[in-house]
Amino acid sequence: MSAATETASHHQPLPDRSPPVTEVGLIGWLRKNLFSSISNTILTVLGIYLIWLVVPPILDWVIFDANFVGDSRDACTGSGACWVFIKVRISQFMYGFYPADERWRINLAGIIAVICIAWLVIERLPYKRYVGFFALVPFPILCYFLFRGGLGLADVETAKWGGLFLTLVISSVGIVASLPIGILLALGRRSELPVIRLLCTGFIEMIRGVPLITLLFMASVMLPLFLPEGVTFNKLARALVIVALFASAYIAEVVRGGLQAIPKGQYEAASAMGLTYWKSMLLIILPQALKLVIPGLVNTLIGLFKDTTLVLIIGLFDLLNIAQTAVTSTAWLGLANEGYFFVGLIFWIFCFGMSRYSIYLEDKLDTGHRKR
Amino acid sequence: MAVAEHRATGSSGPSFLTDERTRAIVFQVVTAVLVAAFLIFIVYNTSVNLEKRGIASGFGFLTEPAGFDVAFAYFLDFSATSSYGMAFFVGLVNTLVISAIGIVLATILGFAMGVARLSPNWLIAKIATVYIELVRNLPLLLQILFWYFGVLAALPKIRQSLPLIGGAELNNRGLYLPQPIYESGFWVVPVLFVISIVVTVVVARWANRRQMRTGQRFPVLWTGLGLIVGLPVVAFLVTGMPLSFTYPVLKGFNMQGGMVIRPEFMALLFALVFYTGAFIAEIVRSGILAVSHGQTEAANALGLRRGPTLRLIIIPQALRVIVPPLTSEFLNLTKNSSLAVAIGYPDLVGIFAGTVLNQTGQAVEVIFITMMTYLAISLLISLYMNWYNKRIALVER
Repeated sequence: MSAATETASHHQPLPDRSPPVTEVGLIGWLRKNLFSSISNTILTVLGIYLIWLVVPPILDWVIFDANFVGDSRDACTGSGACWVFIKVRISQFMYGFYPADERWRINLAGIIAVICIAWLVIERLPYKRYVGFFALVPFPILCYFLFRGGLGLADVETAKWGGLFLTLVISSVGIVASLPIGILLALGRRSELPVIRLLCTGFIEMIRGVPLITLLFMASVMLPLFLPEGVTFNKLARALVIVALFASAYIAEVVRGGLQAIPKGQYEAASAMGLTYWKSMLLIILPQALKLVIPGLVNTLIGLFKDTTLVLIIGLFDLLNIAQTAVTSTAWLGLANEGYFFVGLIFWIFCFGMSRYSIYLEDKLDTGHRKR
Repeated sequence: MAVAEHRATGSSGPSFLTDERTRAIVFQVVTAVLVAAFLIFIVYNTSVNLEKRGIASGFGFLTEPAGFDVAFAYFLDFSATSSYGMAFFVGLVNTLVISAIGIVLATILGFAMGVARLSPNWLIAKIATVYIELVRNLPLLLQILFWYFGVLAALPKIRQSLPLIGGAELNNRGLYLPQPIYESGFWVVPVLFVISIVVTVVVARWANRRQMRTGQRFPVLWTGLGLIVGLPVVAFLVTGMPLSFTYPVLKGFNMQGGMVIRPEFMALLFALVFYTGAFIAEIVRSGILAVSHGQTEAANALGLRRGPTLRLIIIPQALRVIVPPLTSEFLNLTKNSSLAVAIGYPDLVGIFAGTVLNQTGQAVEVIFITMMTYLAISLLISLYMNWYNKRIALVER
């Protein structure tokens, strides 16, 4: 072995010739990715034309020709967007009609929520279990009193809630409530008890078969009929219940997919260990099943977040409805696109952030059972 | 667990209370009774409330005259004297029309964008990615409002309407198109069109069988195109072009002649197609990625180019992964078309659960009919797609 290597090492190979300039570097990249064939070149040219057609006007509108200074409609003289409108209305976009003196309550809850979420997301921080418990049980109760009033705070009726604040309230209540309900429904649909299975299947398919709007309509016109005389729910509570139930039916189907993907051996092993139904589900099946369906769950939650805009139709002033009302008010007529752009930006940041986090979570929790 | 403990301590089997089967029955009976009690509670309250408010019940209102008019009524004659039942059908047809057109266009857009996102062309792939990530993460209702109030309302007024090719006019009241007028003898053209489609299908089947048997190919595409396009065109020319158009012309405060596609319809259609198209693109992309790369390499080794590789090797296999989630996107589009109510396109929810409900006050019946209709549509679409899915599913030998 060593002799052979030695003789071979006498022949010094010539140094590698450098690759042709057309194959490496910028030119190589361009040739490979943009101009590899005639049809590809045509596509590239079309693409560049499309970008040239779309991007410069949008940039002009958003930045270069836009108006940033001033405090009324008259300040907007340029041909671009009138961001003055957003600047003047920003507090309404954020808080709706919440009384200005009481807005510190929303800010306080918002700061606590951000700290909790950051704590749960950043991996190195300890005591995750306690923070999670605080975020799920005491914190919502605290929020209720902070937002609604009581305990010495002034009352703020829910009709005054609005803007991004209301959107976040509806979506977080929806997310927190729909996850456990959805998991229970999924377990019920796979239960061995026929009555439970039938009820859960019927409920899930019923909800999934109809648009959210009809359910919201049902809540606003039929719920008063369903309840005994004198018992009323306010509009917001109805919307909350409907949004949570609607999302839970979709979550149930996602979770069912995960439950079905768990090999039968896991169920059998759990019962062989003498675990009861609930223990085997909580300790063996659900941790594996939920991990499998993270992408589906997050997609459903993003869907829920976007669907909260539908409360506009039953007259709640969520972020979109605030924008819609603002752009139809006489002082700011014709500024629809500014309002939609701003609202869209907020929604996009939230949804895109959630989807990125789910990809990260999927990679982190991946225990290598998936095929690569 | 209780059962296991009993066995372990050697007692003689489970007692009545801890027996699993007894418990299961008791648990189910209790649930059933609770649900039944809840339903009875609701029904009782509803009947009391209805009586107290003096709201009629039953489905008799469906035959009463509606007394309102609808701007969009395809295929159906609807006027103020038509019944509420007729209003239901107008809404249903409007929902079905926009869903059907939306499904076709969204599928085309979605497939194109899904393939584009995987394109070897960096620029095209990036454009598709930006489109998908932008549109998917914005609420549909926002997009509908944007198209309606942001884009279409900003179009020029009717007096300055934009002339388009072929005599069409675009302004903020809609897209005005020339309306075809069929003269006698025109019926030959559509009849021949249908006949040539049928013939093409038959020829395609025959060509497929022959290729299976002998390996010889038959130019089905060109034959089909020749038949489907050529035959009606020849017939059209031979019968002396029995077709003319009325063009939209501005008269007074409105356009006369031609036909119009209303901005409500366009805004809803654009929003639904772009939104659902982005989701379909992602489904298509994941379906294509699910096909093993070895298949592409094998196709390359056989000398197939990119087009035939996609069409003959990748897409048929990817379809098996794509079809189930595609079905739920179609269902979503149909259900999402109910957002029409926000911009005043009179779909099922807008007309029936909106106007009719407000006029009659019969919330229970109206909402019940609306929900049942949507359930039925959902069921029909999923039945059809299940049948299709079964047809393309992998036949294991």
